[in-house]
Parts: sequence; structure tokens; C-alpha cells
Amino acid sequence: MIFGLPLLSVAIWVPIVFGVLVLFSGSDRNAGTARVIALVGAVLGFLVTIPLYTQFNLHQHGMQFVEFTPWIQTFNINYHLGIDGLSLLLILLNSFTTILVVIAGWKVIQSRVAQYMASFLFLSGLMNGAFSALDAILFYVFFEATLIPMFIIIGVWGGPNRIYSALKFFLYTFFGSVLFLVALIYLYVVSGGSFALYTYYHLPLSLTAQILIFLAFMSAFAVKLPMWPVHTWLPDAHVEAPTGGSVVLAAVMLKLGGYGFLRLSLPIAPDASHYLSPLMITLSLIAIVYIGLVALVQSDMKKLIAYSSVAHMGFVTLGYFIFNAHGMEGAIIQMISHGFISGALFLCIGVMYDRLHTRQISDYGGLINRMPVFATLFMLFAMANCGLPGTSGFVGEFLVVMGSMKHSFWIAVAAASTLIWAAGYSLWLYKRVVFGAVGNARVETMADLNLREFIVLGLLAVAVLALGLYPAPFAAVLHTPVHDLLALVSQSKLPVQ
Amino acid sequence: MQYIMPLWPAYSELFLLGMVCVILIADLFVSDDNRIITYALTQLTLLGCFLITLSTLAGPPVHTFSGMFVADALAGVLKLTVYIGMAMTLAYSRAYLAARGLFRGEFFALSLFATLGMMVMISASNLLTVYLGLELLNLSLYALVALLRDSRPATEAAMKYFVLSAMAAGMLLYGMSMLYGATGTLDIAQIANHIVHGSGSQAVLVLGLIFVIAGLGFKIGAVPFHMWIPDVYHGAPTSITLLLSSPVKFASFAFFMRLLVQCLQGMVADWQLILIILAVLSLAIGNIVAIAQTNIKRMLAYSTISHMGFVLLGILAGDSNGYGAAMFYVVVYVLMNLGAFGMVLLLSRSGFEADQLDDFKGLNQRSPWLAFMMLLVMFAMAGVPPTVGFYAKLSVLEAVLNAGYVWLAVVAVIFALIGAFYYLRVVKLMYFDTPQDDAPIIVHPDAQVLMSANGLAMLLLGILPQPLLVVCTYAIQYSL
Repeated sequence: MIFGLPLLSVAIWVPIVFGVLVLFSGSDRNAGTARVIALVGAVLGFLVTIPLYTQFNLHQHGMQFVEFTPWIQTFNINYHLGIDGLSLLLILLNSFTTILVVIAGWKVIQSRVAQYMASFLFLSGLMNGAFSALDAILFYVFFEATLIPMFIIIGVWGGPNRIYSALKFFLYTFFGSVLFLVALIYLYVVSGGSFALYTYYHLPLSLTAQILIFLAFMSAFAVKLPMWPVHTWLPDAHVEAPTGGSVVLAAVMLKLGGYGFLRLSLPIAPDASHYLSPLMITLSLIAIVYIGLVALVQSDMKKLIAYSSVAHMGFVTLGYFIFNAHGMEGAIIQMISHGFISGALFLCIGVMYDRLHTRQISDYGGLINRMPVFATLFMLFAMANCGLPGTSGFVGEFLVVMGSMKHSFWIAVAAASTLIWAAGYSLWLYKRVVFGAVGNARVETMADLNLREFIVLGLLAVAVLALGLYPAPFAAVLHTPVHDLLALVSQSKLPVQ
Repeated sequence: MQYIMPLWPAYSELFLLGMVCVILIADLFVSDDNRIITYALTQLTLLGCFLITLSTLAGPPVHTFSGMFVADALAGVLKLTVYIGMAMTLAYSRAYLAARGLFRGEFFALSLFATLGMMVMISASNLLTVYLGLELLNLSLYALVALLRDSRPATEAAMKYFVLSAMAAGMLLYGMSMLYGATGTLDIAQIANHIVHGSGSQAVLVLGLIFVIAGLGFKIGAVPFHMWIPDVYHGAPTSITLLLSSPVKFASFAFFMRLLVQCLQGMVADWQLILIILAVLSLAIGNIVAIAQTNIKRMLAYSTISHMGFVLLGILAGDSNGYGAAMFYVVVYVLMNLGAFGMVLLLSRSGFEADQLDDFKGLNQRSPWLAFMMLLVMFAMAGVPPTVGFYAKLSVLEAVLNAGYVWLAVVAVIFALIGAFYYLRVVKLMYFDTPQDDAPIIVHPDAQVLMSANGLAMLLLGILPQPLLVVCTYAIQYSL
């Protein structure tokens, strides 16, 4: 605690309060004010999360910075917050990304600026809430509430087919989460009236109950993550969303699914997790291999990166369900790294789109002649996306492949094939867009990065390299929670006969 | 039992009755330009009733009028909500009625008589009192629906409502007569006692129960007794639709509590099964048919049907937990409904009913604040947190799962998901589409404030649902 402040609550409510302020700054006549307030809110939102890292105790088991206030006594729902290393990294990633999207949308968004900025601030606060909630309903509320701003972001500032995509995004994810809700209420009834996640960790459940609970949870998290075959909303959402929306969606929102698996599915239904792990591993491998091939043939850059996200998320679930420390830590680092890389790639596409207003790969070519600085940074992110050693993309993938090698040789082979697919689609995309002679007259007119764009991409480049070259500070916070989680997962919860 | 019959439990009813007479006479001396006086008197009457009921909000139930009438916590709380619902309905309707020449004394008198009918239903402890209140309510409503007498849809709606409602009342009466035949009494507590002790013919009781449920189902608009809802909601002037769909729902809920729970609790296993069928059908038909609507009043009518399916889910859980959840759902539903129909009223103007879904196109560009309020209401109806609609669904689902019906909860959420689509469509129209109509939106300051309070209540109650939950639990626990 600093000055006795409840740091987690501050991290949740600062962006939300600033979001309200932005919303009240008025119409587009005051767009400048809205932008400045939003930036202050985003930066402040990030600054208040830094003490979470500096004061974090690496060796303490369980949750830190715990806050507990009774909220809805009728159902024994509490405002119960706390974080471990996993949540910490995701909260930092989220708050960091918010600054980037506010800056990235500075000039690009010209209509209803206040609503745009406010949506992102709300989203940031809500996701911090989801990452730190220890009460099932509190988690659900934050988890679901994120849908509203994202629905508005895609629908209002999106591309031509935005309405279809926004509705598909909302209904798809809502479908997943209503079953999740039923499972939570079922656990509430079975546990004798508690929504605290911790009581569920030690609640004996029969295998059938566990499988049903696991599937209900999975319907929410697999859609959110997304896993093959429920990923189809993601390419649509990404293609239509404005750049900022794509960045937050890929960098942070998908991680809610990954986080949910770790915080809820695995510890609450460990026997079912083991029982269903062949299924989960198969789905993950299909995502890695098949979706990797699908990404290869895309002609729309955003779609390509969207499919690449699905493939990378396949790595995350693979890491979870091989049940060893390497796999799990690798998966978590992969989530963080993917947050930086996919965010950066979507921003790169945004930079190009703002100049030519097209996302078709065939409309570009020879960018390096006109935009050398951009081409350099884009190169770094494309390389990171295919897991080049020295970038953040390598660390997670390497750990997961190593973990799966312990599990089974052939799974490791299939997983490692991602290095080929990812290199294929990332580098081929890069080659077609950046190299060669100047593609057409319009490319000739493109100007290199301006300062604002350079700052955003530069910050991400630093993050990608830092995580790649010296991952220890990131990995250190993960050792204890991963160890604890694996201990929980290895413990059977079947009732004693 | 006191020797002298205490009158205080019925003070609010007596006060209301007196005031209706005063308003009827006073209105004769008020010119059309000063009709606001009648309006103010009506609102003051409701305020007076509110204060009286609040001051007599009792702990243990008190019976009076030879046990025909009861004042208990349930009655007190439901009456308070009726006054609030009624006052909000009138406030939303003011400009709308004035623009259509309906801002006249009979509207207020009939509305207050309808309120009185609801109050009598809510406080009934005898089958006759239930019926008396129901008929007073119904007769006022028939006249209200037909108030716009030159309008063909309104007249048709009134006719339909009258014929179907009379039939439903007949069924209810037939059911009541069977209960009387089997037990020899009309007193709710005594009938319950007979059923618990197994005296009286079981076959007659079950038959009576079925007829009673038909009457109840009609009033609440559960499938397959829902046919009147879309036509009447659509045809009636929007303010009357608001009245029909909001405060009246509290009376319908009391109707269920008094008849099914207090009177026929002994036959819970029988009515639980019937309610399951009604609830699932209502959820299915309501949500699926609503998708096909282009008129927002009809869409909200089907949405009502589906929401009543959720209320039935709470009731069929069959314990005080479930009744509390159902009551919470009704209160939340009425608040949402007031917001939704209130918005239709605010956007209407002279010669223009904003009752097509397309009339909401681009509302965010015409009035961002109103669009935001409607957004909150729509997300609340869809049950998305952090709006209060989520907690309503949560509490009902909790009750259903607690009663052991996991499959029912899954069915309910699947249909809620289907329902989310048409609420989202309204948000889509408001936010993603461009306006069709650029006429300035003129809203009276009082209606603007009310709408803001109503919309923000969705969010505030969503962040702090506990007080309202406590009130509902209290009302149920101290009355049953």
C-alpha cells in the first residue's frame, strides 16, 4: 500500500472515473479537451499500477493486495480483489496498452472523440477489475461489462461491415458467458452459498459435475480466447474494428479467456481438465497448424494478423494442458508477448491504413522506399511474431515447446511447426508489403512515421525486445503462482468413496 | 381480534377513493388550459398515498373488514412500488397526452381507479376481494385503452382486451368457485388450511387450480394466454401501454402471491409443473417472436412476455427465496419498462408516434444523452452486467438452481441470449445508423430529469443492488 490507498481499486476506478470525465467533456467541438483528459487518465491509470509491481512480494503464496468489502449480502457476493503474478502482468499489459490506443487514436478519430476515448478508458478499468476479482460474480460482472464498450467501439468507428461484426462479436461471446454464469450459480448452490473462488478450489465434485462445469467455463473462455472452432468471430471483429479496437481486443481482451482458464477452469475442475486434456491439446494443435495455414492465404492484412492471433492462442492453451511448469509459464509469457506483438502489428497496419485507406496486401509494395523507419519497426514486429530469438515471441514459444517435449515428442513436433507457419505468413506478408519496387502511384505518396506514431511503435519495440532479451523480471513473478496452480491441478477433487 | 374493526390498514385506499371524487369534481371547474391542476392533484394524491402507506408499513400482517383485507409487508412494499410506477407513468405521459387531446380529467380519474383496483388486489385476503380488485382494475383499463376513441387500432385493442379479459375473469371465477366448493370457504388462509389438512376433494381442487392459473396466466401475459398482449400494447395510446405494462405488473405479481402461494401453497407440486410449461413457452415465444417485430411497442410486448417467463421461473422455485427473486425481477422489470416506453413517449410528438424501430435510428447523433439512457435500459433488459437487469436474472437463476432445475436454468439463459439480439438491435439503430428524421427532440425538463434518473438507476442499482434485494426479501419473509 502507498499512502494506505487500496491500489487495486485505484487501478480499476481511475480509468473509469476519467472515462466519465471524458464523456462529460462534451461534443466534438471540445475534442481537444477530451483527448487531453483521456491521455491524462490513461497515463495516470498506468502509473498507479506500477506500485503493484514494485511492492509485489515474489515469494508470497496466494493473493496479494487483497481488498475485501461485503457487497451483496443476500447472495454473499463480495467486492473481493487480489492479484498474483499472473494477474499482475496482465494488469500492467492492459494499462500500458490503454496509453498506446489513446495516443494512436489522437488524430485518426475525428467523430465522437469523447465517446471513443471514454470507451477505451472504461474498457481498461473493467479489464483490470476482471484480472483482479476473486469473487466469481465480481469477475463475471467485469468480464461481461467489457462487451458493452467493445460493441460500441466496433459498431460506431468500425469499417463498412461493422454492424454484422459487432453483433456477431457480442452474441458469440455472450453465448459463451451465459452458460458460464449457470455453472457459477451451480457452484454457489453446491458450495452452500459462496461465490468466493477460493472455496471452489477445495470443493469436492464428481467427475460428471466437473466435466459439465469445465465445458460451461470453456464455452466462455474458449470463445473469448478464441480457440478453434469457435474463433470465427475474431477475424470479422478485427477486420471491422478501428485500429485501437483491434489493438485492445488482440492485446488484452483475448487474454481474459486465457486468464479464465487458469483462474477458474483448471483449479476448479482439475480432474475434468486432465480427463479432457487430449481434447484440449488436439484443439490447440489444430489452431496452431490449421489456422497457421489459413493465415498464409489471407489477402487482407488485418485478417492475416487475426488468424495469427488464433494460432498463437493455440500455443497458450497447449501450454496449459500439458500440465508442467515450463508449459504453463511459457503460455503466460506467450500471452503477454502476444499482447505487445499483435498490438504492434495492428498499429502498423493502422499506420498504413491511415495513409492509403486499404488493407489489401496487393495494394501495397515497396514501402521501404518511402517509409524506412516504419519498415524497420515493422520488420522487428514481424520477426517477433514468428518467434525470432531475442524477441519476446521466442521466450514463450520455446518454453511451451520444451514443456510439450516432456509430455510427448509428437505434440512437440506439431507445436514447433508453428515456427514454420508463422515465419511463412509473417515474412511473406512483410515481403509483399515492404520490399520490392514501389507498388503503385499511391504508395509513392506515403509519408514516413510522424512523431506520435513513432512513440507508440517505439515503446512497443522496447517492450518486445526487453521481454525477449531479459525475461527474468517478468518470469520471476510467475514462478510462485504457477507452482501453486500446478499443485492445485494435480490434486484430485473427486469425492472420497 | 379487536372488537372495533381497525380502519388504519386501509387508510391509503380510503384516502385515494376520497381524492378521486375530489379530482372528478374539481376537474369540472378547471379549463383546458389549466388542466395541469388536475395533473398536480393526481400526483399529490399518489404522494399522499405513498406517505400513508410508508407510515403504516407494518411488521406482522393485520387483517380488517372481517378478514377480507390484509395489510402486510408484501402489500405495503408492492403498493409503494405501484405509486412510484404510476407517478412515473403520469409524468412521462404528460406531453404525449396533451398533444393528443387526452390530457383530461377522465384519464386521471380512471388511472386512479385503476390504482385503487391494484391496491385492493394487493391487499386481498379473500377470493372475493381479489376478484373485486381485479374487476375494478380491468374496467378502468378497458376504458383507458379506448380513450382515444377515434383511433381504430385503439378501439380494436380495447375490444380485444375486453372480450379476452372477460373470458379470463370468467375462468378465474369458475376456478374460485371450485375452490369454494371443495373447501367451503373463500378466505385465503382457511382454504390453505383445508388443503394442508387434506380435506376437500382433490380432483375438484386440482381442476380449480388449473382454472385459477388460466386467469393468472392471462393477467401476467404468459404463453399460451398471451394473445392479447401484442395487440393491446400496440393499439393502445403509448401512455396507456406504459400503464398496462408497468404498475399493473405489481398487481399481477401480488395476484400470484395471494392465490398460488398463500392460498394454494399446499398444491405446490401441482402448480410447479404447470408453471414450468408456462415459463418455458413464454421465454421461447416471447424472445423468438420479438425478433421479427418492426414496431417497438410490439417488440416490447413480446419482451414483456419473455420477462414474465423469468418471473414465473422465480415463482415456480416454490420457496421464499424464489418468491423474493421473482419480486425483485418484477420491480427491476418495471423500472426497465418505464424507461423503454418512457423513451417512446419522449420521442413522440404531435402527429408522430415514435413507435417504429426505425424511429430510433441515429438517436446518438440527435441526442447523445437520451441515447445513452436508452442504451442502459436495453442492456439492462438483455441482462448484461453491470446493469441491474443482470442481478434480476442472477437471483432468479439462483432460485431455480437451488430448487434443483439445472436444465431449466440452461433453457432460460439460452432464450435470454436470443433475446439479447433484439435489444442489441435497438442499440445498433441508435448508435450505428444515421438518423432518418432530423426534427429536434423537445423534451420537458421534468421528463428529461425523470428519464435521466430512470436510466442511471439501471447503473446505480446495478452497482448497489443490495438495498432493493433486502426490501424484496423483507416483503416476502414477513408476509408468508
